[in-house]
Amino acid sequence: MPSSLVDGNSLLAVDVGASSTRAVLFDVVEGEYRFIASGIAPSTAEAPIKDVSEGARNAIVNLQSVLGKKLLDSARGLITPSQANGSGVDALVVTLSAGATIKTVIVGLLKDVSLESARRLTSSTYTRVVDTIALNDTRKAEQKIDSILRLRPDLVVITGGTDGGASLSVQKMLEPIGLASFLLPEEKRPSVLFAGNQKLEDEVKSLVGSLSSSMHFSPNVRPSLETEDLDPAERELAHIFVNIRKRQIKGVDQLNLWSGGHILPTAYATGRMVRYLTRAYNDSSILSVDIGASAASISAGFKGTSTLNVFPQYGLGENLAHLLKYTTLEDILRWSWLDISKGVLSDYLYQKSLYPATIAATKEDLAVSQAITRQALHLAMQNARRDFPRNIAQIKKNLTPGFSYIFMGGGALSDASRPSQSLLLLLDSIQPVGVSTVILDQNNLLPLLGAAASRNNILPVQVMESGAFMIIGTTIAPVVTASYGTPIMRAILTYENGTESRVELKYGSLETLPLASGEEGRLNVQLLKGADIGYGPGKSPKQGISITGGALGVVLDGRGRPFNLPTDAVRRRELIKKWSWTLGGE
Amino acid sequence: MIAPVNHIVGLTSIVRERVLPVSGNVIARVNQRVGATDVIAETRWAREHIFLDVARTLQLSPGAAEKLVRCKVGDKLAAGTEVARSKSLFGRSVRVPREGTVVAVGGGQVLLEVGESKFELRAGIPGMVTEVLPGRGVVIETAGSLIQGIWGNGKTDTGVLVNVMNGPEDVLTESRMDVNLRGSILLGGTIKDADTLRAAAELPARGLIVPSIFPSAIPAAREMKYPIIVTDGFGSMPMNSAAYRLLSTNAKREVIMNAEIYDRYSGARPEVIIPLTISSEPPSSMEVAPFAPGLQVRMRRPPFMGSIGTIELLRPGLTTLPSGLRALAADIKLENGEMVVVPLVNLEVVG
Repeated sequence: MPSSLVDGNSLLAVDVGASSTRAVLFDVVEGEYRFIASGIAPSTAEAPIKDVSEGARNAIVNLQSVLGKKLLDSARGLITPSQANGSGVDALVVTLSAGATIKTVIVGLLKDVSLESARRLTSSTYTRVVDTIALNDTRKAEQKIDSILRLRPDLVVITGGTDGGASLSVQKMLEPIGLASFLLPEEKRPSVLFAGNQKLEDEVKSLVGSLSSSMHFSPNVRPSLETEDLDPAERELAHIFVNIRKRQIKGVDQLNLWSGGHILPTAYATGRMVRYLTRAYNDSSILSVDIGASAASISAGFKGTSTLNVFPQYGLGENLAHLLKYTTLEDILRWSWLDISKGVLSDYLYQKSLYPATIAATKEDLAVSQAITRQALHLAMQNARRDFPRNIAQIKKNLTPGFSYIFMGGGALSDASRPSQSLLLLLDSIQPVGVSTVILDQNNLLPLLGAAASRNNILPVQVMESGAFMIIGTTIAPVVTASYGTPIMRAILTYENGTESRVELKYGSLETLPLASGEEGRLNVQLLKGADIGYGPGKSPKQGISITGGALGVVLDGRGRPFNLPTDAVRRRELIKKWSWTLGGE
Repeated sequence: MIAPVNHIVGLTSIVRERVLPVSGNVIARVNQRVGATDVIAETRWAREHIFLDVARTLQLSPGAAEKLVRCKVGDKLAAGTEVARSKSLFGRSVRVPREGTVVAVGGGQVLLEVGESKFELRAGIPGMVTEVLPGRGVVIETAGSLIQGIWGNGKTDTGVLVNVMNGPEDVLTESRMDVNLRGSILLGGTIKDADTLRAAAELPARGLIVPSIFPSAIPAAREMKYPIIVTDGFGSMPMNSAAYRLLSTNAKREVIMNAEIYDRYSGARPEVIIPLTISSEPPSSMEVAPFAPGLQVRMRRPPFMGSIGTIELLRPGLTTLPSGLRALAADIKLENGEMVVVPLVNLEVVG
């Protein structure tokens, strides 16, 4: 046992989601930090309570009943620091995704340069771009003013101008922003983030600073035409998000006070953890996918860089009624093993948008719900891929790049009734390629650990290594095109005790090899028909691939990449049922 | 666990805040009794602006242009009014293209509000003004039946309720739109298409209260000038028994429809109010309630979506549902006597 580096402080982490609020306790057990327990309660951002701290308190009360110790006092205040009698905690961190999508106006000079950076920046949190003001905008100044007054944005993000570059053009674009803000009642004025030409800061301050609800500056997202640096601006945007929520939702202030300001947007905290893990695991490429009521989030870490995309439009809550703006009923229904009419699905989308917290009670309802989740996640991944670095290794363009580790979390993935359902949902929607270890974050700890890192940098490491996450298994997904039923891979899994399991993977099918959690094995594969798992067509390491076990062992996905479902509906539904059955579903 | 509450109640105290979209003048006073159509506050609201860049037009520096500007904030200017003229012999002038009010002047620029219109806020419900919110609106209290819906098209009106339903599962069609229904608020069946909505507009009807609406008819429903309130859901759903009973037994009475757009954050919900004359103040309805045996609940998700029942037992621990998901659940006795198990998150209290 390594000696502990920790001082024994307990940490409570609260995640305030659109539907649920979770309270999670981390504490030191035998010299190392562990995930102890969690409590859950409905979120209370919405009417009639309209106070997120109430949901947090309720979740903490439920956690108390699991722990058998008091964390709240008789006035429902947090007991901190921990007391000699065992009650209370030493610190609190909070992650937050509840609340209406933040209406954002982006301002930039050039469509493909600064505006693209602004889009990427705002995509790192729970925003919706409601208007775009660019240099080539043909609208008159008053039309822009009227647009802003009508839309009443919560946030304006201004980019543009390389450091030391254009300044007059940016000033011209700011005039309507300043005038519109001036006309808005003070409490309705937007927050403004300027992340453009640093020489313009004073000018920007004088043009819009006093007219915004809060003015923020971050280093230029485009210091030169060729360089983009979003990290500092993303960090600033995370703070702005919390400030906006403080204005919009009661109780955020209280949580901010309890946590000493350690409150982050959930997706940003996840992104931070992904960046950390990428470095910690020797520059491994790491993907985190999360889908819940508020948004779908994709965070990817590569050697030396990372991306974070939040898609409120693909969230499975109040935005579901608008999902058909981005997809079709047919594209959702293709994922269902049930023969569902378009009308039923359409009704479902509207109904679920009214009651985001409700859950599927029947298998049929779950089938509809999971078909929607698949399509929403599929769209999120397709969009997120656009922002992945161009220089990363890829087997084939327009496919998901290879990720060593894939974390999946969020209500829709972590609450699936079986790990096999979660995995199949991931394989269908994300379509990973090559060799990946898939990890289920069943307690949605990843963002909480990301937030905890700001208070205690040892805690996330030790919790990650403590088995708090469920390793689903290792997936092998070759890139190949062949006829259905054609053998594309032969695999031999050699266990630690020297015994072997063999399987032949045919195109269009899924196969599994048992390898329990905690066990390791070596997988030797023979790739046929030019199948590629990241070592080149038909190639694989002679010494085999070191494989980690998990709840489902090794899962071989021979359905090809991109994975196209059969067009014949009856055959498609049969296949979906067969794939589910192969992974241990019903 | 706290339960969301949907109000479907025969007699309750109803307190509603009515506020202007922008600040204005509140006309109503505390303790004033108001009718649903009485104007309680008003404001003037300009939705358009005109931006005059004097400096750019006269090709002057902002400082130089500023000295030429002859108007100030608050000035009401007629169309054609000159706001600046350059000092040269044949000086160019900058004129106001439309009648408007100056809202900002500075840096050689002038901003005007144009197209101002008067906005009158009506009480929406008859009752007593209990509080004035200065510059914003009032709080009104009344007593009566209250039926909250799940979708509204943002319009309000009052009228006599006429029941054209043959039962809670009925469908409202164009052919039901009899001329005798003109000027009434219709309690109708499911709306399947926009033609039915247009037929109601042609009567004209003063409003529609329906159990459900097909998503394809929603864009047209939003466009209708009369209020539409959906009580239960989307697609083919019958009206829940509590709402149907209450509404159908109040046919021929004056009802108020406030088909407010549902806003989960503010708590705004579409609702039907049937004012009742009372001798003593009825109790207010609860806004939240902890789940408990004996409470009347409505299912919000299949397989019993829309059904009303009573909580018989709150199950201890987590229950595995037929879907395989595990959740806190309750045993519910439906109105037909059938016992079913429903996750708590799929329930809302009716009361």
